[in-house]
Amino acid sequence: MPKLPPPPIPPALKPPPKRPEEGNGKLTPLDTAAEAGTSVVNWVDERTSLSGAVRWMMFRKVPKGTNWFYTLGSATMFAFLSQAITGVFLAMYYRPDVSGGAYESIRYVTNDVFLGSFVRGMHKWGASVMVVLVFLHMGRTFFFGAYKYPRELNWVIGVVLLILTMTMSFTGYLLPFDERAYWATIVGVNINGTGPLIGPYLSDFLRAGPEFGATTLSRFYAIHMMLVPGLIAALIGAHLYLVAKLGTTAPPWLKAKQDPELKKTEA
Amino acid sequence: MNQRQKEEYLREYGILKSEGKPFFPYAVAKDSLMACIVMLVIILASLTLGVELGAKANPATTSYEPRPEWYFFFLFELLRVIKPPSVVPLATIGIPTLCMILLFLLPFYDRGPERRPERRPIATLTGIFVIGAMFYLTWSGAHAGSPYALEWKTPNAVIKAGPAAVAKFEAGRKAIASTGCEACHKIGENGNPGPGPPLTEIGARIPAEGIARTLVNPTAPMPSFKGLPAKKFEDIVFFLSHLK
Repeated sequence: MPKLPPPPIPPALKPPPKRPEEGNGKLTPLDTAAEAGTSVVNWVDERTSLSGAVRWMMFRKVPKGTNWFYTLGSATMFAFLSQAITGVFLAMYYRPDVSGGAYESIRYVTNDVFLGSFVRGMHKWGASVMVVLVFLHMGRTFFFGAYKYPRELNWVIGVVLLILTMTMSFTGYLLPFDERAYWATIVGVNINGTGPLIGPYLSDFLRAGPEFGATTLSRFYAIHMMLVPGLIAALIGAHLYLVAKLGTTAPPWLKAKQDPELKKTEA
Repeated sequence: MNQRQKEEYLREYGILKSEGKPFFPYAVAKDSLMACIVMLVIILASLTLGVELGAKANPATTSYEPRPEWYFFFLFELLRVIKPPSVVPLATIGIPTLCMILLFLLPFYDRGPERRPERRPIATLTGIFVIGAMFYLTWSGAHAGSPYALEWKTPNAVIKAGPAAVAKFEAGRKAIASTGCEACHKIGENGNPGPGPPLTEIGARIPAEGIARTLVNPTAPMPSFKGLPAKKFEDIVFFLSHLK
């Protein structure tokens, strides 16, 4: 005979689910499987004690009044992640070879590789999006006075991240090695060279010599792919640590309600 | 901020923070939605605007118009609007370096306890001014030609010769700008002072045929321009021969 479904008892009256240790004291394979996630996490945590850090990061409180402006920082980081991922796919095809290999590999990615022009487009426009987000995030921090005590150091790290983002965009511009990339970079490096004191040295370093030559491209490539992304990732880590440590600011126009107890003692 | 103000801020912030919500899931939800929007914007930009790949880089080319990515337009425009060579380093490196240093040190010279934008009029107005200036420079940089764009008033002799001559003169002006002559020659306030001689009054010194011969068969290190399209070549010669 088919069994009727159980009657609709209110949840409070339902018998509590069986604890694993109840019953005959033995775990059925089903119980073990249900507990698998917890036991893996426990295993890792017993050896790393990471749960404290995760709790500290995820369950810290964000002040009252936190609004959409406060998502700009994480949005920038997300744009960076998107750049990193699309960049890895582009790097699978790219050859930093002045004598035609660089141009040819980008032409191949753009015209022949499956979804190649789409990924290249995401990388190109992702750079624009990231720059816009960096500036918006900086504008929010500036107008809300969020760089003031005790967050001065985080502002400085943020400015370094801004410069590194611009460096990424400058070095990445040369890599397709078409006319536009080549001449814009020549002009850019020459502009650097007119700078005071370190200007000439900086442009010699960028060109890898007094003339734009074969090693210039691989130098830009190494800076764009290894040096700066590593620095950005490390500094984002430091930036985030300080954000979690010091807390995100409350909007400047919010004032805490005076504690009535405190008022009594002051009076 | 003195010690009292610091402690006051920390106390105030502590109260606001304790009244807040946990980062997970409330802030994480907002951040995730924002991340989806960012992703969508990037994908849509890639699909609609796409990518282009120009002609292969050719160091020997004589016609180019260097243009950076759009978010460098404001720097590029600084170079373009400031012409006198003595102040060019100031524009290209001095102003950006100064801005960078000021940006770095912001929390160290702006130490007041006030955080509301409307009660920090100097900071807020400066911020708005800088944003406005960057927007303006980016906008005008987007509409300008190369940094070697050539500004030249059409001489009266050409105007008298009729609209065809004016159009030819204008075409020549554009051709000069896109051919990169100003990288080595000075034309009035435009271009670099060397290594080539100034062309400001070249038409008074050399007749048109002489100019054409020099363009085809120049003295090193100037490259030959005989590879230019005939129309462009004629326009350039016409323009140069009217520089008097």
